[in-house]
Amino acid sequence: MKVDLNKVNKSYTKGKNDSLHVLEDIDFSIKEGEFVSLLGPSGCGKSTILKLIAGLSHPTSGDLKVNGTPVEGPGTDRVVVFQEGGLFPWMTVLENVTYGLKIKKMKRVEAEEKAMEGLRMVHLANFTNAYPHELSGGMKQRVAIARALVMDPDVLLMDEPFAALDEQTRLILHQELQDIWQKTGKTILFITHNIREALTLSDRVLLMSTRPGTIKQTFNVQASRPRNPSDSIIVDLEKRVMAELEEEMNKVLKEEFGDDYRYKTDSVRDRDNSDMGSHI
Amino acid sequence: MTVIIAIWEVISKLQLFPTFMFPPLIIPNDPGGVTVMKTLVDGIISGQILEATGITLGRLLIGFFIAVVLGLTFGFLIARYKWVDDTLGFFVTALQSIPSIVWFPLAIVWFGLGNVAILFIVAIGATWTMTVNSSAGFKNVPSIYIDAARTLGASGPHLLRTVIIPASVPHIISGLRVAWAFAWRAIMAGELLGASGGLGYLLDLGRSIQAMDLVLSIMIVIGIIGTIIDSQVFLRMERSVARRWGLRT
Repeated sequence: MKVDLNKVNKSYTKGKNDSLHVLEDIDFSIKEGEFVSLLGPSGCGKSTILKLIAGLSHPTSGDLKVNGTPVEGPGTDRVVVFQEGGLFPWMTVLENVTYGLKIKKMKRVEAEEKAMEGLRMVHLANFTNAYPHELSGGMKQRVAIARALVMDPDVLLMDEPFAALDEQTRLILHQELQDIWQKTGKTILFITHNIREALTLSDRVLLMSTRPGTIKQTFNVQASRPRNPSDSIIVDLEKRVMAELEEEMNKVLKEEFGDDYRYKTDSVRDRDNSDMGSHI
Repeated sequence: MTVIIAIWEVISKLQLFPTFMFPPLIIPNDPGGVTVMKTLVDGIISGQILEATGITLGRLLIGFFIAVVLGLTFGFLIARYKWVDDTLGFFVTALQSIPSIVWFPLAIVWFGLGNVAILFIVAIGATWTMTVNSSAGFKNVPSIYIDAARTLGASGPHLLRTVIIPASVPHIISGLRVAWAFAWRAIMAGELLGASGGLGYLLDLGRSIQAMDLVLSIMIVIGIIGTIIDSQVFLRMERSVARRWGLRT
C-alpha cells in the first residue's frame, strides 16, 4: 500500500472544553499507481485529509503511513497541487518549477532541463520566463502540476486543482491529467466536490459525509480509459452518487436553515451540472 | 508654482517686511542685494550647501539602515513568536506614537550632543514604523505559499529567504517609504537642535545671523532631495514590484 490511513481522527479545539470534530475514523488506503478521488461537499474535511497526508497538519489520533513509514512532516515524496495561487508570484514559471529541485541540491543546468521536460509535458515550454500573473488560470494550474511532477513524488496530492477554472479548460485538463497519469504511473489522490470530475478521472471514488467527516461509501469506476463523461457506466454511477448525496445535503441544509427546510427529492439528480453547488 | 513665486516677489518688493525677513526669490530688491536663488547658487558653488547635504544624507543613511535592520528583526520576531507580539508588539504601537524628537533630551544625556545622539533619534524615529509594517508583512504571508514551499522541501532559513521575505516585499517597501519620511523629519529636527554640520545646522545658522535667504534656500534643497528620493527610489521600487507581481498601481 502506498498510502494507508487507519482510524484517523482530527479535531480542533476552539476555546475551552469545546472541540470541533472534523474527521472521524477515516480508514482507507491507496495502491501504487492508483487514482483515487475524495468527493464531498464543502466543509466535509476532505482537504484536511490531504493536509494530513502532506504532513502539513497532524492527526489527533490514528495511523497514517505513506510507503509504510508514518508521516511526520512535509516531504518531497508527497507533493501538493493547490487549488489556485499556489505559485510564487515573485518567481518566473521556470523559477517556480525549479524551486523544489534546487532544494534537492540539483545542479542548475540539470534542474532547468528537468523543469523544461515537466513544462513540455503540460505544454507550457514557451512560457518559461513569464510571471504567474501573466498566465491564465488553466496555465497556472499546468505550471503547478509541472512543479509537482518534476519532484518525482511517490504520491501526487491534488487539492481541488481545477475548481476555479471554467468548464472548457477543466475538460481539457481532465484529458491531460489522465494522459500524464498514464505516462508517469503516479499514485494520485484527488480532492474535488465535482461528481463528474471525480468519476471521469478516478479508479475509485471515496464519498465523504459531513460533520464529522467520515467516508460514507466507496465507488469503483470500471469504465474504460480514456474516459468519456457520457460513458453509460459513468452516467449510471453519477446517479447513484447523487442519490447518496441527497441525504447528506438534507442534513447540511437542515443544519443551516433549520428543521422546516425539506430538500426536494430528485431535484438535482436530473440537472446537467453535477456540481454540488459549493461555488455558488 | 509660477503664481506662488510671483506673489512672493510682489510681497517682498512691497517692503511690508524688512528684506532680511522676507527676501525676494529671484529679482533683488536693491541692485546687488540678496535673493534666495543667489544664495542657493553661491552656496552650491562654494560647496557649503553640498557639504551640509552630504553630512545630512550620510547621517540619514546610517540611521535609516540601523532602523531598517532593527525594524525587520523586530517585525519578524513579532510575527513569529506570540509572546513577542504580546509584549513588544503592544509596546511598539505606543512607541510609534511618540514623535522622535521627544527622545532628543534623553539622547543628549545618554550620548552627548553630537553625531550619536542624532543617529539615535533618526533610528528611533524610523524603527517603529518599519517594525509595524514588516510584522504586518510577515504575518500576512498567505499560508498557501508556505505550505507549497514546505511540501517542495523548503524549511528553516531557506523558507524564510526564498518565500517569507519575498512574499512580504510589498509591505516592506511601503514600510521603507514611511520609515524614510520619518527619518527625514527626525534628522532635520535633530540637526536644528544641536549638531555641527548638516542642513539642519545651516538652517539654525541662518536663523542666528538673520539670513532668511539662506533658510529658504536650504528649505528648497530639503524639498528637492525629499521629492527626488521619494519618486526616484521608493515609487520606482513600488512600481517595479507591482509590475512583477501583476498588482495594480
